[in-house]
Amino acid sequence: MTAPPAIEVADVAVRYGEVLALDGVSLSIAPGRVTGLVGMNGSGKSTLFKAIMGMVRPDRGHVLIDGAAPVAARRRGLVGYVPQSEDVDWAFPVSVRDVVMMGRYGRQGLTRRARPADHVAVADALDRVELTGYAERQIGQLSGGQRKRAFVARGIAQDARILLLDEPFAGVDKRSEATIVRLLRELADDGRTVLVSTHDLHALPRLADEAVLLLHRVLFHGDVSEALRPDHLARAFGLDVLDLDLDRDQDQDLNREGPA
Amino acid sequence: MTVLDLLLEPLQFDFMVRALATTVIAAIVCALLSCWLVLVGWSLMGDAVSHAVLPGVVIAYVLGAPFALGALVFGFLAVALIGAIRGTSRIKEDAAIGIVFTTLFALGLVLISVTPSHTDLNHIIFGNILGVSDPDLVQIAVLAAIAFVILVLKRRDLTLYAFDPLHAHAIGLSPRFLGALLLGLLALTAVVALQVVGVILVVAMLIIPGATAHLLTDRFGRMLVIAPVLSATCSVVGIYLSYWLDAASGGLVVLVQGAAFLLAYLFSPRHGLLGKLPAARRRTAVAN
Repeated sequence: MTAPPAIEVADVAVRYGEVLALDGVSLSIAPGRVTGLVGMNGSGKSTLFKAIMGMVRPDRGHVLIDGAAPVAARRRGLVGYVPQSEDVDWAFPVSVRDVVMMGRYGRQGLTRRARPADHVAVADALDRVELTGYAERQIGQLSGGQRKRAFVARGIAQDARILLLDEPFAGVDKRSEATIVRLLRELADDGRTVLVSTHDLHALPRLADEAVLLLHRVLFHGDVSEALRPDHLARAFGLDVLDLDLDRDQDQDLNREGPA
Repeated sequence: MTVLDLLLEPLQFDFMVRALATTVIAAIVCALLSCWLVLVGWSLMGDAVSHAVLPGVVIAYVLGAPFALGALVFGFLAVALIGAIRGTSRIKEDAAIGIVFTTLFALGLVLISVTPSHTDLNHIIFGNILGVSDPDLVQIAVLAAIAFVILVLKRRDLTLYAFDPLHAHAIGLSPRFLGALLLGLLALTAVVALQVVGVILVVAMLIIPGATAHLLTDRFGRMLVIAPVLSATCSVVGIYLSYWLDAASGGLVVLVQGAAFLLAYLFSPRHGLLGKLPAARRRTAVAN
């Protein structure tokens, strides 16, 4: 008997009023792999994430997490989520340790009082992402890359088997990006499933085992090198090939000038 | 006359003792709640709900039901109406809030004007802290205790809801339930506070303490201590000032709260306008 796919999306359609965000998306993602979810803004990446987390109810089709309904998967704490930077209030008065501890809430009693096991799990997770020395800092006092790692640590403390990361490389410098890529690869080697939504194409070959090109439906799902073929990308981004190459060069220039 | 005399003199009067007790109780529970309201971004919603409970309180008065019940019903009704207007028309949220709370508040005013009563319902609008009776005080204490206990027991869930509702959902909690809980506590607390400062100024007690504390610390746990202590202190100072100056007590309580906020805004060591200046100057010096 083979293990069920970590994430199975079957013919999912989601409509917001007039807008069809997802139009019959089917996708099967095996455990222990890093998958890049690639598409332009408005392609339905965020909606697909929300469907996987059960935040939006599909108008058609269904999602299975580890062979179970999303609601059961959530109760078991299987799904961890790393939000996009712009969705977080970085002035919020919580420390890095507080944020990571939030990964344990699903396993605690009604008042979420931390037990010794929770403190150990949080310390281990902080150690794993190399933020032990930053544990007492307010979350906004970290660099872009450290902030992402803090949220990944939350997923580790949660012992999530599936990690969803929404644009983790936005506002992150090159060196931190490499650290995050290495961390995500290690987590996949532990048998966790990592799904990363990104439009940052140059990180993809080092990061992902496979790529999904999304534009309201799945245009391509397979090898990263094949996903990056100009004709595939042109369809996903609705651009002609020449424009796309220029954009990529500009992205890389911008990143070089970014904070070290 | 010594300072001590000045402080003790008002306490000879029972109404002053009741006023101070009521104010401190209301200040503490409002300040606790305000820590979440300012972080969730619900200040405007707090304003709306605290006004919209007015018709509920009046109807409860007429029916002889607890004020809190009427307030809860109308608090939720207001939020449901705001959501419905935003979701089913082209009107944006801020306009929807403005329409709903003023309309409900107006309904409350009209109801007061046609309700024969031996107690002056106008006190609900402007507060009547000096006229609090013993049964009033008991009711306020009970409601405040309920809100206080729920807030303290569920503080971590509410903080998670304020910080990252998507994560709350992902680990199997219900952001919708936590939002409704916060809303219910808001309506409950509005009832507690409206006796002190009146419906119009309740929102000050529900926003200023949390905002002031937010400027003073980076730890949510400390905010939960700073806000109530500060708010209770400001309220007592306000009541004393109103006694000495023979001026509006509700207004003075809020004025002192506002003055405390101004001080934090200017002089908070890390987040104040002037507190930040030396650090900025140091950075400039290094850069040059």
